Amino acid sequence: MMALILFRTFLTCPDACVFQMVQDPTQFDVLVMPNLYGDILSDLCAGLIGGLGVTPSGNIGANGVAIFESVHGTAPDIAGMDLANPTALLLSAVMMLRHMGLHDHADKIQTACFDTIRDKKVLTKDLGGSAKCSEFTAEICRRVQDLG
Amino acid sequence: MAAHSAVLSASKIMNPFWVGRLGNTAKVFGTTLIRHRNKTSLTPPPAKYGGRHTVTLIPGDGIGPELLNHVREVFRFTCVPVDFEMVNVNSALETDDDMNNAITAIRRNGVALKGNIETKHTLPASVKSRNNVLRTSLDLYANVMHCQSLPGVQTRHKNIDIMIIRENTEGEYSSLEHESVSGVVESLKIITRNNSIRIADYAFKLARERGRRRVTAVHKANIMKLGDGLFLQCCREVASGYPDITFDSMIVDNTTMQLVSKPQQFDVMVMPNLYGNVVSNVCAGLVGGPGLVPGANYGRDYAVFETATRNTGKSIAEKNIANPTAMLLASCLMLDHLNLNDYASLIRNAVLTTMNETRLHTADLGGQGTTSEVVQSVMRVIQSKGQFTAEL
Repeated sequence: MMALILFRTFLTCPDACVFQMVQDPTQFDVLVMPNLYGDILSDLCAGLIGGLGVTPSGNIGANGVAIFESVHGTAPDIAGMDLANPTALLLSAVMMLRHMGLHDHADKIQTACFDTIRDKKVLTKDLGGSAKCSEFTAEICRRVQDLG
Repeated sequence: MAAHSAVLSASKIMNPFWVGRLGNTAKVFGTTLIRHRNKTSLTPPPAKYGGRHTVTLIPGDGIGPELLNHVREVFRFTCVPVDFEMVNVNSALETDDDMNNAITAIRRNGVALKGNIETKHTLPASVKSRNNVLRTSLDLYANVMHCQSLPGVQTRHKNIDIMIIRENTEGEYSSLEHESVSGVVESLKIITRNNSIRIADYAFKLARERGRRRVTAVHKANIMKLGDGLFLQCCREVASGYPDITFDSMIVDNTTMQLVSKPQQFDVMVMPNLYGNVVSNVCAGLVGGPGLVPGANYGRDYAVFETATRNTGKSIAEKNIANPTAMLLASCLMLDHLNLNDYASLIRNAVLTTMNETRLHTADLGGQGTTSEVVQSVMRVIQSKGQFTAEL
């Protein structure tokens, strides 16, 4: 079965792309671009979804070699205080699981994470809540367990 | 003033036939000199004949011709003392004659209003973008864009008021590329000390003129240590001469992220060419789209006005759905440049009234209005102000 993939080029990319991204990002699906535009656009899109605290990323090389990472800073001011939002690194780990073919586990953790954020009951400070990092993580673990 | 009195003294010993003429020339020239010294912007005012200005008009491609026709319509209706010298630049032609004609016309008139000229991607790399050729030939080194939230336009973010000053002649748009090894292309990004100092100086002068408090330099100096590093260093040097204005810098990727989450933090931004392209489009998107924001390109001797995001709008050409706001506001910027401030304010207020009060919006803003309906509304508002106008 051949999947039909629609391929469009934005002929005046990146300028035409960015204002459309700002006005209606839902029109985009997958974007491919050279290094500098990727740097700019990925941060722009991260800003659209809530910032670097919730944005996962992966670097894929030849032969399946890959490094997955969160792209936010080291936040030395809150290091070691159980305050950080683990979402970005957790979703990067989910990307890693998909890369390894462990889709069921990936789906479970992603669903649990998204449900916790959607519920708004247990959120870290940067997302508007007052929970600690460990409490937020525990809530996600609880949901993973409930998902069986 | 020295030139003025020198000519008058010379005229005293000359044939009376010439005295009047030289005297008048001295008066015009003298006035121009005084106005040049008092004017804080860098470009001197263009020549005036019989009280009317002549402005070069380049319709360009796509929606350019129809929008500029509307500008002429509004100018004719409002009896603005501007005559347009139309120069067609055909993107399909391979010779440069039409481009040279356009450049000569702008050199003659000093001011131009233009639509975007299409750059076909299928042409060989040696064929440069005509818009770029125009900017570099006339050394229009500063691209200025003022992004302001409009009350009548629904946007996610409100209270945006950002001035973007983009270096317009070098950087990634130097058109210097080569393929020494097949499949490996090298592109040269040119950053020079002179142009960086020049643009930074323009930004700080403009910030001071407009009473703005903060200038942010946008760069990627952590990666392009020499290129953007030089740009940043030049900005810092210029900033030291303006202690009343706060200067800071931000890396371009963080800038775009901050723009889409908290755009109100920005005041004046200065940056090299490519980042300016990206940032200005982001800001245009934030305030409602490319149909709303006018842009201006200033050099030492010439000024060219156009829409800020420089879109050709091929897909909506000749359908009477394009938003005329950006082009009309660009023509108001041009009138301000020509010191026809009353006409500029009249037309600008009429456009903003149509946008914010009447709320007659074109399709790009989610409205049902056509281009001609918006333009008719603008002219009706102008007429209602009681000024002397032509027939509607």
